[in-house]
Amino acid sequence: MDHFPTSWGRPRNDAIDAYGTYPIAQRPYNGPKDAFSEGVQHTQQPIVTGTSVLAIKFKDGVMMAADNLASYGSLARFKDVQRLYPVGTHTVIGAGGDMSDFQYIQSMLDELMIDEFCAQDGHTLGPAEIHEYLAQVMYARRSKMNPLWNALLVGGVKDGKSFLAFVDLLGTTYTASTLATGYGAHIAQPLLRSAVETHEHELTEAQARQIIDDSMKVLFYRDARSINKYQVATITAAGSSISDSITLETTWDFAEGIRGYGAQTE
Amino acid sequence: MPGAPSQRQFNPYSENGGTILAIAGQDFSVIAGDTRQSEGYSIQTRYAPKVFRLTDRAVLAVNGFAADGNMFVKNVKQRLEWYRHAHAKDMPLRAIARLIQTMLYARRFFPYYVNNILGGIEEDGTGAVYSFDPVGSYEREACRAAGAASSLVQPFLDNQIYYKNQLAATGTAHPAHLPLPSVLAIVIDSFTSATERHIEVGDGLEIFVVLARGRSLQGLEGVKGMSELTTTDDGERVFVVRRELKKD
Amino acid sequence: MTSIGTGYDLSASTYSPDGRIFQVEYANKAVENSGTAIGIKCKDGVVLAVEKLIHSKLLVPGANRRIQTVDRHIGLATAGLLADGRHISNRAREEASNHRDFYHAPPTLKALADRLGLYVQAYTLYSSVRPFGISTILAGVDKSGPSLYVVEPSGVFYGYNGAAVGKGRQLAKTELEKLKLAELSTREAVFEAARIIYLVHDDAKEKDFELEMSWIGDETKGLHVPVPKDLLDEADAKAKAALETFE
Repeated sequence: MDHFPTSWGRPRNDAIDAYGTYPIAQRPYNGPKDAFSEGVQHTQQPIVTGTSVLAIKFKDGVMMAADNLASYGSLARFKDVQRLYPVGTHTVIGAGGDMSDFQYIQSMLDELMIDEFCAQDGHTLGPAEIHEYLAQVMYARRSKMNPLWNALLVGGVKDGKSFLAFVDLLGTTYTASTLATGYGAHIAQPLLRSAVETHEHELTEAQARQIIDDSMKVLFYRDARSINKYQVATITAAGSSISDSITLETTWDFAEGIRGYGAQTE
Repeated sequence: MPGAPSQRQFNPYSENGGTILAIAGQDFSVIAGDTRQSEGYSIQTRYAPKVFRLTDRAVLAVNGFAADGNMFVKNVKQRLEWYRHAHAKDMPLRAIARLIQTMLYARRFFPYYVNNILGGIEEDGTGAVYSFDPVGSYEREACRAAGAASSLVQPFLDNQIYYKNQLAATGTAHPAHLPLPSVLAIVIDSFTSATERHIEVGDGLEIFVVLARGRSLQGLEGVKGMSELTTTDDGERVFVVRRELKKD
Repeated sequence: MTSIGTGYDLSASTYSPDGRIFQVEYANKAVENSGTAIGIKCKDGVVLAVEKLIHSKLLVPGANRRIQTVDRHIGLATAGLLADGRHISNRAREEASNHRDFYHAPPTLKALADRLGLYVQAYTLYSSVRPFGISTILAGVDKSGPSLYVVEPSGVFYGYNGAAVGKGRQLAKTELEKLKLAELSTREAVFEAARIIYLVHDDAKEKDFELEMSWIGDETKGLHVPVPKDLLDEADAKAKAALETFE
């Protein structure tokens, strides 16, 4: 509350203040906001990063997966990080890119969902609304040259319709029946497309799970910034669930015969 | 400058491929675009519309940086809605064109990284195409191609629409306007050819057709994949024709 | 009203010679004129109920709610000026959101009541503002279980097992005292709350009212939500019936 009377303004008086210039404090000011504004820096690169997120549509909804690694450059820095996050009851978001920005996005969405809950107006935000909100935030931040350094997948089911879409640090958006971020867009996306495209309405949950598991395994073998520990989110009309971490069984004995990896024989 | 501090700067732009084109007829306008969205060598999605119905007489195609494009279309649509609330009618095509210039130029020093092509019917009932550069320069034309394969498609249109490097048979003249079926054929050929030769073009094709008030369908009734989007029954009519393009 | 005409009641920033702030006392009058609001803290949750007086038959049923949601786990009911109630619930939401932002944890009821108390008290300090004409019942279930607070126009707040504010508070309080609150389930408390609201409603003076109720407990998974329609109707019918046997 501003109790300083000079800040309260005055009724307009054409005789003494024809152009309504009082109070001076309310005149628009376009100079620097403070002495330090020149020195304020914005994110120019991600620091602690997550790698790919995969997602596909299937008969009853959407399935999404991401591993539990947050890297610091090439260092496997945090090995138990959650990169899938439920928003409300019927939406899950997954993130690659800067993990601190992602955690900021999580608290932003939490606040949004509470605001909506408090309205008690019978409306809830579904995946489409959450994706649109994120797209607006991401685009606004890139336009301020201060991006949230993430690639996000938004998946969910509302009113019998499944939804799957992408948004990234530039505010670029798109939807498809299979999506993958980061390295997964190059390695896993072709596998997902050949397994899913044109029969997303017939795939069972078990089949979808098999496709996801296979793709995560390929990614672990091929992506140097990945780890063999990941979670899978399943979103259907019944709601969303995010699995406990799954550890992949992998074999490396084939590599013994590879020159440069296994024992050298000559 | 050696020794001077340097900082890598965040690049707020990207380029998402695809191609759009529009051709104006005597009493119709055709606006088309492919539906592939890509970044580098990756296809992001096979279906991301680039052509949008604004009113029953105006269709806008936007090509370039998809995030800017979608945001720009969203803003244009909002301005048209405000116009509707203020004046109880749809904004005329030439006014939309000037509005688009103003909106683009407002961002002269942080441009929307997009090429716009506006097609539709003028108040005098003629088919029109307006093309814009990213900062708002615009002109009315008979046809225009923009986007990734514009350098492939525009010369083809110059030849087929403007009859460049073609001589009329002796005793005849080139027609001033092509009939709708011929225009549709040229549009489809343009996109199948662009799909063949440009990696960023393909997947799907959306062709919007705007017909002047009270005109017959002019052969549109037989076209496969056609559906009508018109909202009123005494004004101009809008149609869309959806076709597949090669997905490789 | 010996205070009137003395000049000591014109501003909240002026004491009377015997140390009272009349503007705050007038604010309490505004609360006393309002339809009753009660809160019950029971063994597994909290229930809020409001006697919403209908001043016009033209009003849409369910309009002008006096129970608001502040956070997932916190609700608030006000008695007094309706608009002040909406202002205070907005402030409460801001405080709750702020707490979550700052501590990365949902606010406890005590923390929220404390902040709201400070806010309301600030309006008793300046000649430029008037105190809030409302008493606020805060109800919620937090990490320490169910709790219930009332914030008064002076800014003081107390924790309660059962709370009543507004017109019928005296009778409501005696009814609440008869209940074994520690043994009551939330579902049972819904029926008791409805009964008390019907009981304290003065048919002679006020024509019509709407029963508005919300709850937080195990049955709602810790969320503050309106009492479901079927349960509300049942409680409403039962309360009406009880009223006839009472008289």
